[in-house]
Amino acid sequence: MRYLPLSLADRAEMLGVIGAGSVDDLFVDVPAAARLPGPVAGLPHHASEMAVERHMTALAAQNLSAGAAPFFLGAGAYRHHVPASVDHLIQRGEFLTAYTPYQPEIAQGTLQVLFEFQTQVARLLGTDVANASMYDGSTACWEAIAMAARITRRKKAVLSGGLHPHYVSTAATMARFTGDVLDTRAPMLDAVPDDAATIAAIDAETSCVVVQYPDILGRIPDLKKIAAAAQAHGALMIAVVTEPVALGLIEAPGKLGADIVVGEGQALGVGLQFGGPYLGLFGCREKYVRQMPGRLCGQTVDATGKRGFVLTLSTREQHIRREKATSNICTNAGLCALAFSIHMTLLGGAGLAQLARVNHARAQQLATRLAAVPGVTVLNRAYFNEFTVILPRDARDVVRELADLRVLGGVSLGRLYPHEAALANGLLVTATELTSPEDIEALGKALEGVLA
Amino acid sequence: MNAPNPSGWRPAMGVAAPDGFESPTVSGDRALMLEEPLIFELRQPGTTGVDIDDLGLEPLDALAGFLRAEAPALPGLTEPETVRHYTRLSRQNYAIDLGPFPLGSCTMKHNPRLNEKLARLPGFADVHPLQPQQTVRGALAAINELAVWLIELTGMHGVAMSPKAGAHGELCGLLCIKAAIEARGEDRSVILVPESAHGTNPATAAFAGFSVESIPATADGRVDLAALTAKLGPHVAGVMITNPNTCGLFERDMKAISDAVHAAGGYVYCDGANFNAIVGKVRPGDLGIDAMHINLHKTFSTPHGGGGPGSGPVVLSQALAPFGPLPWTARMADGTVRLIEEEDAATEMPTSFGRMAAFHGQMGMFTRALTYILSHGADGLRQVAEDAVLNANYVLRSLDDVLEAPFGAAGPCMHEALFSDAGLAEGFSTLDIAKGLIDEGFHPMTVYFPLVVHGAMLIEPTETESKAGLDRFIASMRSLASRAKAGDETLKSAPHFAPRRRLDETLAARKPVLTWQG
Repeated sequence: MRYLPLSLADRAEMLGVIGAGSVDDLFVDVPAAARLPGPVAGLPHHASEMAVERHMTALAAQNLSAGAAPFFLGAGAYRHHVPASVDHLIQRGEFLTAYTPYQPEIAQGTLQVLFEFQTQVARLLGTDVANASMYDGSTACWEAIAMAARITRRKKAVLSGGLHPHYVSTAATMARFTGDVLDTRAPMLDAVPDDAATIAAIDAETSCVVVQYPDILGRIPDLKKIAAAAQAHGALMIAVVTEPVALGLIEAPGKLGADIVVGEGQALGVGLQFGGPYLGLFGCREKYVRQMPGRLCGQTVDATGKRGFVLTLSTREQHIRREKATSNICTNAGLCALAFSIHMTLLGGAGLAQLARVNHARAQQLATRLAAVPGVTVLNRAYFNEFTVILPRDARDVVRELADLRVLGGVSLGRLYPHEAALANGLLVTATELTSPEDIEALGKALEGVLA
Repeated sequence: MNAPNPSGWRPAMGVAAPDGFESPTVSGDRALMLEEPLIFELRQPGTTGVDIDDLGLEPLDALAGFLRAEAPALPGLTEPETVRHYTRLSRQNYAIDLGPFPLGSCTMKHNPRLNEKLARLPGFADVHPLQPQQTVRGALAAINELAVWLIELTGMHGVAMSPKAGAHGELCGLLCIKAAIEARGEDRSVILVPESAHGTNPATAAFAGFSVESIPATADGRVDLAALTAKLGPHVAGVMITNPNTCGLFERDMKAISDAVHAAGGYVYCDGANFNAIVGKVRPGDLGIDAMHINLHKTFSTPHGGGGPGSGPVVLSQALAPFGPLPWTARMADGTVRLIEEEDAATEMPTSFGRMAAFHGQMGMFTRALTYILSHGADGLRQVAEDAVLNANYVLRSLDDVLEAPFGAAGPCMHEALFSDAGLAEGFSTLDIAKGLIDEGFHPMTVYFPLVVHGAMLIEPTETESKAGLDRFIASMRSLASRAKAGDETLKSAPHFAPRRRLDETLAARKPVLTWQG
């Protein structure tokens, strides 16, 4: 077996040192009835690299990959160009096969990356501080709600109608079991988000108001106004960013009054990967840092006075505080944070701004083309790289018919909101720097055909 | 002594070389020991290392009022600068690729590169989670194939694939338990957790809204069955047991524990962090387990990546599977695989507790784990457990004459060997041995965990270490143990040869500097 270095002679010699007659003697504590007599029955035995590669390649070939078709999906996962050096560097064995940096003397590589990552994320989100990553945007969102409850000692969170429905569901699952109360609403098919409804729901019991920016329909809420309303009631504002590239162009939520900003970092460096692993971003005001979940990397010095980095403030964390920890999170998204950070290092703030402009321009060109399709209207007044169009019939069917034509035409609101009939004709479409004029024309033509 | 680089950064290097030879360098580097500034010290904001095709820009009128006042103040490095920055940083990390990484309970085994190659096939890596299901048949089939393996290897009834790491899997299991108890119309608020448990166990129970009660260990390092049974009652929702446990021992009474908990109306959660010891040898389902997470990044070799991403599918018993999360992967009568999402949940999975994260789980880890499993097969996985346990016992018996092994006299260990700091010279501790190991070229073992043993040293070699590699590790450990017993003061200032000496963690926590302040 190519991954197992012990030879038969090694095993015999080692058993001799141990003083055991056979390897089964080492499993003596397992009750005899529970010991399997041989390999689990009914499963295949070991296979060569070639055989495994053949099998997995055949499975992969059954999927229509985003790069093989005109592609317009977003809704919390975005397809961007990732420079070749990103994937090369994250495969350095010293990054790929290292553990959590609990021994800082021999983990300065990972730790310095985390320190740079935290700085990049904080500057991108406009927050004082950021942590070393969470699992993904949806779980980071719940952690932020739980953190706001700890800070305000209140248990009611107001979720704007523009929050990604998966994020709402994730929070609802947790709230059902923790006794937190969620005040939720479905989005309305309006050109601008209903900020007034969000604000009206905030009261003296509210711990936080959660606002996605841009929202699930691609619209841009007025964070400043909502933050002021939250503050007036002693509640925190949590901004949720599912497309961080947008922050190259639109104002950082932290600059607009958000107390906590969480996000999905997948768009930079990580790739689509059918939904995971992704990367939770988490930033907040400095005064709340001891209530934050997750790992934090901090600067210090070593015994000879050299600058170095360590994991810090770990008395918040489960391995020290156990049931009193701020979160149960242990493993985070380290390698995805590295990919994000390398991509961000290549771009810089200026490159991100340019990338964002190109994304917005492609989306504008897409909107112009789709508005010319008979029966199709563009919903949004403002948007970044993603917006909603209203079709003359159920968008779920249209998406499937487009897929039959090998066009991945967007995300139907019916997929996201299966129980909201009023949204059924909505289609969410995204354009990025990877969207070519030919792709846009292909979608326009295909839609004309399908809707004819 | 060192010349500043153009940005003004200079490494604050100590001047004494390890052997006492005074040789400051102008650069601050020492041959292959390379210092590296922060990206913020390498370049100023306003630069970029990416060429972006613009294909014509459009006016920004529609975004008036929303535009960012200024671009994020972040430098952009060109590709050569970027590659060099991260390559230099990588050399300050220890990694499995460099040598043994015997962290107990972490299962740092070799990460096969075939896994990496196949996870990057565009059909897996470049697929959007919300594509129409007709365009992702192969991806769903891959998830299901892994699901079948996990169910068969554990002897369980179903598996939740979406949890994103071990602790997230614990949460999944406890939410299933909570939902099942609710469905019975009962209110049970307590989870019992042994004092030797991973910190995530009590933290997860609290995160899910339970209160936690601790169960003591017996003198032989196992759960005290009598104490556990005494705590059972109508308020107890379940127990969380790690098996093999964090002392590296198999819980011999596991079936009796399960039977007692079930008789009292509770459920049994098993922390599967240590599944590597028993994969292919024992099926947790045969021991009465109701839920167990499987760390794909431990037993099934997906890379730890400096702290993640993990992946924590949860195998479930017949009693708990109906309460599992959405989306749920189900095989249809015609053999195809389908995702059950909110749309069909009311008819196909009405008792699901709901979604616990966006999308379907850690697909990139599923493809790696499936590749690993197919490579080993049922026979190879059994050999994995046997070799992992053999290696750990070899370490145990090669060191138990120089270090105190608290449970060593009672019999063999499973996949990890546990030692205490008993017998070290006055003023010497586990930390000194750990830091000494760094100088010897090894990653330290897990230290000060489990909490039930004083100055614990928990060594998990895994099956991918050769005998020769173990012998070198053992020789270093024997030397360190005798130095610590003899009171060798040089050990107290170890490591001497690492890129950094002992770091001031108190300073870091007292005055947190979490972002670059330049």
